[in-house]
Amino acid sequence: MADPGPLIEPHIPALRRYAFALLRDRDRADDLVQDTLERALSRWLLRRADGDVRAWLFTILRNLHVSRWRSERRRGGTVDLDETTVGVAARQETALEVHDVLSAIDQLPEEQKSLLLLVGVEDFSYDDAARILGMPIGTVMSRLSRARQRLRALVAGKVTLLRRVK
Amino acid sequence: MTGDGPIVEDDLQAYVDGRLGDARRAAVESYLAQNPDVRERVALDIRQRNALRGQLEGKFAEPVPPRLWIANIRAARRTTMTRRLAAIAAGLLLFTVGAGTGWFAAHHETLAPPATAGVAQNAAAAYRTYVVEVAHPVEVASSQEAHLLQWLSRRLGKPLAAPDLTPFGYKLMGGRLLPGNDSAAAQLMYDDASGKRLTLYVRAAQGSETAFRFNRDGDAATFAWIDQGFGFAVTAPATREELLPIAEAVYRKFN
Repeated sequence: MADPGPLIEPHIPALRRYAFALLRDRDRADDLVQDTLERALSRWLLRRADGDVRAWLFTILRNLHVSRWRSERRRGGTVDLDETTVGVAARQETALEVHDVLSAIDQLPEEQKSLLLLVGVEDFSYDDAARILGMPIGTVMSRLSRARQRLRALVAGKVTLLRRVK
Repeated sequence: MTGDGPIVEDDLQAYVDGRLGDARRAAVESYLAQNPDVRERVALDIRQRNALRGQLEGKFAEPVPPRLWIANIRAARRTTMTRRLAAIAAGLLLFTVGAGTGWFAAHHETLAPPATAGVAQNAAAAYRTYVVEVAHPVEVASSQEAHLLQWLSRRLGKPLAAPDLTPFGYKLMGGRLLPGNDSAAAQLMYDDASGKRLTLYVRAAQGSETAFRFNRDGDAATFAWIDQGFGFAVTAPATREELLPIAEAVYRKFN
């Protein structure tokens, strides 16, 4: 049996980056990465041997994140995703800065946020990003386009506001 | 993709991500030159993409914390598996003995409360793993005691204080976070002048309050108990008589 350690370890910095961008909390992000690594080690023999380890690790992390987020929502622990997107118009007038894209993407639905991160930051191919997010490969470009459109709208709202203030 | 055909939205996305072949990229560029509105929009997308990457660069460059090292995760997993196997083995033994003689029903009260046993085993395993560690016995050193206790308290969901064990000759070295059963566990490590190490292990534990339970694993002795929803264990290479007053001092500190 091949030792999974050397195959997994090089991807940990990128997993931490993705987890941090999703959660924006250092400890919770590392908890998520730790759970991902534990699961990867326990399922190592079950993965597709010809598959890409990096995409597989990101899939585990994202699935853990989504299921945890769902269960938190059931317990009422966090704000509902729909609320976060609905609340956008009101929040544009507060702390959002044009260059702070990391904060801006918090206001996108999780799927759009993940897509921007996986494609734009982690450099996954469109096909791999679609597989990680469990979306049909044919829809990934249009979803990406919508995510960027929404992000532009968020930032544009702020730009207009700044001009008006000046 | 080739240079032929009208420019569509997908081309613009692939352009933002730098994923077009030379010919198609040139076609998109000449299209953008003729469509300033689209050009402005695409330029903004690219700036935002770069800004996002830039904001996350520091996170990527950070050293990986020890708790995410594969070796440490493996060590913790092995402990869990050993514990599970031991539990299964104990269960089988009981079943065999009990089925044959009816002994089980009469004598189950002589068994240790499983919650305390679990805490003691976890603590002993964590002790074995980290006490021999020369380079990184603790994750956060006692020089940052306030930060250490605040951090462990938050992760544990219980205000954690480091008991003063200097009357027994032990000084705080620091501590670390460990995987507990369903939640986090904390390990504080102390050492004495001779370099002998003692650990205090705390994690959430179900079960009613229990008396001290003594356990010996090789030369490591452990006193474990459950109190107010948490399991505590004090482990050191010591005799029962040496360890008992220390365990009592720790118990008083948290009680």
